[in-house]
Amino acid sequence: MGMTHIVDRRLNGKNKSAVNRERFLRRYRHHIKKAVSEAVQRRSITDVERGEKVSIPSKDIQEPIFRHGAGGRRDAVHPGNQEWVAGDTIAKPEGGAGQGQGQGQASPDGEGMDEFVFQITQEEFLEFLFDDLELPNLARKKLKDTEAFSFVRAGFTSQGVPAKLDVVRSLRGAHARRLGLSGARKRKIRELEAQLQALQTAPDDLDPAFSHEDQIKALIDEIAELKANVRRIPFIDEIDLRYRQHQKQPKPATSAVMFCLMDVSGSMTQMHKDIAKRFFILLYMFLKKNYKKIDVVFIRHHTSAKEVTEEEFFYSRETGGTIVSSALKLMRKIIEARYSPAEWNIYAAQASDGDNWNDDSPTCGKLLAEGILPQVQYYSYIEITPLDHQTLWYEYEKLMAEHPQSFAMQQIADPADIYPVFRKLFERKAA
Amino acid sequence: MNESIDRPNDLDGREPNVGTPISTSSEWTFELIQKYDEAIAECAAEFGLDTYPNQIEVITAEQMMDAYSSVGMPVGYNHWSFGKQFLQTSKGYQRGQMGLAYEIVINSNPCIAYLMEENTLPMQALVVAHASYGHNSFFKGNYLFRTWTDANAIIDYLVFARNYVSECEERYGIDAVEEILDSCHALMNYGVDRYKRPSPISAEEEIQRQTEREEYQQRRINDLWRTIPKPEEDDPVKRKPRFPSEPQENLLYFIEKNAPLLETWQRELVRIVRKLAQYFYPQRQTQVMNEGWASFWHYTLLHRLYEKGLVNDGFMLEFLQSHTSVVYQPPFNSPWYSGINPYTLGFSIYTDLRRMCENPTDEDREWFPEIAGTDWLETLHFAMRNFKDESFILQYLSPKIMRDLKLFAIEDDDNQNHYTVTAIHDEAGYRTLREKLAAQYNLSYREPNIQVWNVDVRGDRSLTLRHIPTDHIPLGKETDEVLKHVHRLWGFDVFLETVDNGKVQNTHRCPPLSVDDD
Repeated sequence: MGMTHIVDRRLNGKNKSAVNRERFLRRYRHHIKKAVSEAVQRRSITDVERGEKVSIPSKDIQEPIFRHGAGGRRDAVHPGNQEWVAGDTIAKPEGGAGQGQGQGQASPDGEGMDEFVFQITQEEFLEFLFDDLELPNLARKKLKDTEAFSFVRAGFTSQGVPAKLDVVRSLRGAHARRLGLSGARKRKIRELEAQLQALQTAPDDLDPAFSHEDQIKALIDEIAELKANVRRIPFIDEIDLRYRQHQKQPKPATSAVMFCLMDVSGSMTQMHKDIAKRFFILLYMFLKKNYKKIDVVFIRHHTSAKEVTEEEFFYSRETGGTIVSSALKLMRKIIEARYSPAEWNIYAAQASDGDNWNDDSPTCGKLLAEGILPQVQYYSYIEITPLDHQTLWYEYEKLMAEHPQSFAMQQIADPADIYPVFRKLFERKAA
Repeated sequence: MNESIDRPNDLDGREPNVGTPISTSSEWTFELIQKYDEAIAECAAEFGLDTYPNQIEVITAEQMMDAYSSVGMPVGYNHWSFGKQFLQTSKGYQRGQMGLAYEIVINSNPCIAYLMEENTLPMQALVVAHASYGHNSFFKGNYLFRTWTDANAIIDYLVFARNYVSECEERYGIDAVEEILDSCHALMNYGVDRYKRPSPISAEEEIQRQTEREEYQQRRINDLWRTIPKPEEDDPVKRKPRFPSEPQENLLYFIEKNAPLLETWQRELVRIVRKLAQYFYPQRQTQVMNEGWASFWHYTLLHRLYEKGLVNDGFMLEFLQSHTSVVYQPPFNSPWYSGINPYTLGFSIYTDLRRMCENPTDEDREWFPEIAGTDWLETLHFAMRNFKDESFILQYLSPKIMRDLKLFAIEDDDNQNHYTVTAIHDEAGYRTLREKLAAQYNLSYREPNIQVWNVDVRGDRSLTLRHIPTDHIPLGKETDEVLKHVHRLWGFDVFLETVDNGKVQNTHRCPPLSVDDD
């Protein structure tokens, strides 16, 4: 017939709906942002590698049209009559769900039909999470060089130590060399032997002047010499030897530990903690890009410090005063016990509202300078307060001057500061 | 030969299946689809199906979801509601709650049908028969489609619309465009002239006319508002003339032409949505006929292949399993019941028409004297061409089908605390049942009847719409929300009066009366 075209469209773009999907997210960004920030409260800070389920009340995304309402008189025809005849009456169900309107369907998975539920991707999740932070694309930052190295194979070399001799490679080279050097001579030998054979089998001329004998002798000598030459080619030569080559590559230490230190004294409100939490999440994401394995240690403190679970860290409240050094002491103890700086890259982030007992601040400075900073890659301190600084800040300022490579501090007044501050803290420092 | 498979076109069994099956495996290839298409086309020609040329496009499940989300438009403008649809579809699909349709078919010339790559070969053949020959011939033959849509122009028009919308977005911002489109979508069902034949659309002309319109439209509208009708000198008491002088049912058209404050580009957007509404209008009115027709033909054409020996028993059994589930009608008390299945109803009516022509009973001769014993092909084609769902059911629903489906009608009156069974599938009930079922497919029964009643041209420029209820059925809860959209487009106060028994019963207004407004 030839009227039909059959077209393979499968390789055409499949994301025709991407723009429309994006339009939808754009329109409901407010809802989604709310869902995302709720999800952050719920999620562990190490749990940032997935998207999120967002649900929006159906009435908010409804596209209204003129419809019939309930009431009035209406007819409906249905299939499958079993026993009724004309004139029968059927009691209406309680609640008057009635016929007609809204063919309300129960959702099979228990999600109410009054919720519109959909999934956003991890990227979208992060985008919404840091939306008010004006998150640019996270550029990969080079962290401080690590001490560990690994050796990787880097081809072969002709010089090396016997232990790295590659026998197969070397013999293969030798074989090739022998073939190369002997090939022309062997060919010559074969030619001469053929000539010799021809002379020897040809009937000898009666005239001695034309005797082949001289020629035969000359050929025999030449062949013998050539064969001797071939035999002199060494089976293996120094130039055949090949050694495995290795290069020293800096090995990104595969494990890191991140200490989260937070003041949980009475002055820290949930808002403070949420800001801290976002900051910790950022740090975690950042480390995640560079290390395979990350341990997270949560230390909270008021007048005394305690290692806790993440849950307790963010959500339990304490009252009373603040002694920051208690947390630093505990951190040092944990490093000694579990995280040898030779094997672990140690990062720490401390969040506080700046409160500390005045006498304690110098102790903190000393502890950090002597006991902690020499062991860690980086120590960051964020002070979440719009107010004036107290002694801890000034003490830490001194530290920053002395240890610009491993210590940084910033102040955060509201959520919008988190990302810029984070960036500032983790900017590559001139070496 | 399998005795359990019908041979509807070969009643005497005189035609042994002599051919060799086109294929024996259920894996499809492009070559095999081509071969099936050729074989099906040949059968379709035997039955006199008149179709547009076909374009069959094989797509992935993801692409099918894309196609779904743009209500089957192969090219669509961007709008969040299509994104919502996409999210809904992909969620349902990923959880396996919902299979995707096997096919989507576009009323265009050439007629585009999408096949999903996941389908087995018998499924692909079913879809080709169903879409490329069934729906296709319906699009080309049915009077509503012939009157309301222009298959030659639709794709170009969609491209024009898409480009125009994105140009507007660049110029006026995404939000401004989205607002207008939202409002137009809310009124989309009221964007059709039901009785006047619209002029066909052509993209090229459209672009040209669009520029011309831009120039004179605004002027025309200003004219309307500048023209203050002279007071009737002879009779100052006489009622002031209404504008429009006759109620208008096409709300979007009225707004496009008369809304005082719309910018030209906004009017163009109204027009685009209106044109799309018009394009989809026949589909909404011929669901039973169209799906029934396509199902009847996939059934008949594939059986024809079987009779010719071009497909084997395995193929037929797989096909029949799909066919059976497509035309299955769950009874009203089944958990799967969601109303009458249009595939079942339509398929039953066409099949029964053929039966009445070929093997009429006394009942058929009494009920359908002009059909019983006539040429079945001619009868079916006539039925396909000249009706819409409502009139089709009224004309052709036979007592036999009512009995087979065990149809019954119930009345739900909010004055009664019980339902009343008004008719069942018996001698006394056939006619009532048929009328009531037909009425269910009347668009004005399904949607409230709302028309433009008056514009206060000389006063506050407010727009008054009138709702004439059927059987005292009131307007739904969303009415005020829709009125906000009307208000956005109109730009001045909007009223919606419900007029029952000749009296205004109820008035919605936008903006609503505020409490301290006294």
